[in-house]
Amino acid sequence: MKRRHFLVMSAASVGGTLVYSLDRKASRLSAQDNKAVQILLRFFTEQEALIVAAAASRILPSDETGPGAHEAGVVIYIDRQLAGPWGRDVRRYTQEPFDGNAAAEFGYQGAASPQRVYREGLKQLAGFDRLPPPEQDAKLVQIEQSAFFELLRQNTIEGMFCDPLHGGNLDMVGWQLIGFPGPRMSNASDIDKYRGEQFRPKPVSLVDLRQKPHRPSEDEAT
Amino acid sequence: MKNLPRTDVAVVGGGWTGLLLAKEIAQRTALNVVVLERGRARHAEDYANDMDELDYNVRFSMMQDYSKETVTLRHALPGRAVPIRQLGNFLPGNGTGGAGEHWGAAYPRHVPDLFELYSKTVERYGTKKLPEGHAVVDWGITWEDIEPYYTKADKLIGASGKAGNLRGKIVEGGNPFEGWRSEEYPTPPMKVSYFSSLFQDATKSLGYHPYPSPSAILSSAYTNPDGIARPGCFYCGFCDRFGCMVSAKSQPTNTLLPILEKQKSVVLRNNCSVRKVAHDGSRARGVNYVDAVGEEYFQPADAVLLCSWTLNNTRLLLLSGIGEPYDPATGRGVVGRNLTHQVSAPAAILFMDKPLNRFMGAAASGIGISDFDGDNFDHSNVAFIRGGMFRAMGSGFQPIVSFGTVPPSVKARWGSAWKKAAVYWYDRVGGIGFSGEHIPYQTNHMDLDPTYTDHLGDPLLRLTIDWHDNEREMVKFASQKGAEMAKAMGAREVVRQPAYGHYDARRYQTTHIQGGTIMGRSPEASVTNTWGQHWQVQNLFIIGASTMPCQGAANPTPTVLALAYRTADALIDRYFRSPGSLV
Repeated sequence: MKRRHFLVMSAASVGGTLVYSLDRKASRLSAQDNKAVQILLRFFTEQEALIVAAAASRILPSDETGPGAHEAGVVIYIDRQLAGPWGRDVRRYTQEPFDGNAAAEFGYQGAASPQRVYREGLKQLAGFDRLPPPEQDAKLVQIEQSAFFELLRQNTIEGMFCDPLHGGNLDMVGWQLIGFPGPRMSNASDIDKYRGEQFRPKPVSLVDLRQKPHRPSEDEAT
Repeated sequence: MKNLPRTDVAVVGGGWTGLLLAKEIAQRTALNVVVLERGRARHAEDYANDMDELDYNVRFSMMQDYSKETVTLRHALPGRAVPIRQLGNFLPGNGTGGAGEHWGAAYPRHVPDLFELYSKTVERYGTKKLPEGHAVVDWGITWEDIEPYYTKADKLIGASGKAGNLRGKIVEGGNPFEGWRSEEYPTPPMKVSYFSSLFQDATKSLGYHPYPSPSAILSSAYTNPDGIARPGCFYCGFCDRFGCMVSAKSQPTNTLLPILEKQKSVVLRNNCSVRKVAHDGSRARGVNYVDAVGEEYFQPADAVLLCSWTLNNTRLLLLSGIGEPYDPATGRGVVGRNLTHQVSAPAAILFMDKPLNRFMGAAASGIGISDFDGDNFDHSNVAFIRGGMFRAMGSGFQPIVSFGTVPPSVKARWGSAWKKAAVYWYDRVGGIGFSGEHIPYQTNHMDLDPTYTDHLGDPLLRLTIDWHDNEREMVKFASQKGAEMAKAMGAREVVRQPAYGHYDARRYQTTHIQGGTIMGRSPEASVTNTWGQHWQVQNLFIIGASTMPCQGAANPTPTVLALAYRTADALIDRYFRSPGSLV
């Protein structure tokens, strides 16, 4: 039987916000809580998850501009995406032959799925999570041109700003950072009211809309 | 294979055209109609609370599943094509309503001279002005033929806008360059976002003629002639690539499906992929299809209507052996010729001083100018023919796809410096879009790929397409004009559109693909007559953008709907009464 991997973190280290358990129910923890939480990983090993979390935090650091990938729980988001249909290339055309020499304009022509790109790419980052930030940055500069880094950067942005329904953007920290209100039902009167002056309504998530929950694609049965 | 009972009409494809034809036939005749749709059943109610950027706008959950079927691409011949392995340059729909569910719903008509592109260009500039290797032809219809059907389509969907030319009289506030309209828009223009209003003021100050971009998202509540009532838009910003939460955006599921579901004479079968039109050379006998579990069926029909979008209409003719495939080397044959896409580029990206609150909006709201569209300006001294529209749309911005646009002075693509800039500029960025004509060329065409197949084992469609100097020069021109407009809008920094290189499968262009089964006046140069009737197989009709011999700057759906109505009239008033050639 495949070994189950958990990401073990202190409640404070996940921003003290929401923690998703196995049944996808979110529970709220206090940032001051010293309790360790275990998050079941769907794709990564614990070691891989720590590396991805550290690398995502260099792409969108927690700094004076505001919260980053760490507080948003980006690693949890990426783990779920990789385990889901996207990570397994369920909707990509994968018939052979693959033409590795095709020009860039023809789009990605590789045989490797996102799962595989990550698994291979992460091998180059062994020990990354234990390096000091300047050395981490130097390491990322080395792989900046790779398909793996491109995916990691894109997935980090996704995990920062997706609806919290997908496991990232915990407590809507990403949306608050840029002033995006989420799925706001009506702007019909406000669109005429705010012209060139900032309007930042309190965000809502699909998680808060109880009427008919949207089923996230990563949870689809295959 | 299972043989099904005969039907009067078999319709391939359950999108805008297939469902519109089915509705017209059901309302106006006693004929039985079977609609075969390859994708799943969808209803307008499905979209409530589904404003999820990731699944819809990033993972494209409403689009065609490329693992089952895609197209292959090459820039020139000879040479091998490679498959487009993931959605990119265009986004074909799948399921009831087709791409009409996830469209952005911009609703402009074509410029009137587009239908006579060859004659009008030669008349003004002579044949020498036409680019080398072009395949420019007239459509065989004129503005007078199509205008009544544009108006009919406007009423079906409740188009929002402001007329600029009412029966020849120029009207203040509308587009003075548009072809004459027989009637005002059914509903007033949409609200104008702050960013779009800056474009409106700036283009006016430059002496251009801004107008509210026509929209198939309702500005206010509207009840159409079929009694379908829909609400006005709430500007939530989730339009393009989504189904509308409230049905303000016109979609086949909220405009046509409710009528069809009450018609006993119409059956809509989902998850049915048509593989072939069975025929004997002069008559279609019906269609072969496969259902979701792989069971094969033959559906006999007295008439077959191909309504399955440009790529599939063309592919089905090729797979069925109907008509002579086009050969670009000799110019012989017709099926697959005149493949066009559309020139679509941000003419300028603007970095503004003030926050724009761009989460509010609607994909089809905005301001456009047509001063450089079609032949609205003299081309004697420019190195290209035709042109396009500049538009500043009020689409709602969503964070995953919008975050990270920073001025060129910011070199980093990740890390603190980049994050700081990206957060600051997030709500201060806007674009002036340029949408330009794509003229047809002898080399840009479609045929069957010799190597790659779909999940059923049938050959994929192969696209041979690249940009030519006409498009490259047009984009250069647009980029220069766009930068002037951006400056007049008070942008602090402006990024100009980079030059057009080769056709790029990674870059979303538009989902406006035309040609392959073009209409015309002679069977030697076209696949159908101007009524969409196949020249040789006369009980086969082809409806959709595959019949368009070229692409205008405008979004094609209004023209697609108008042509569908025109075919509906010809079928119902003439063909069904006395089957035979309509010309």
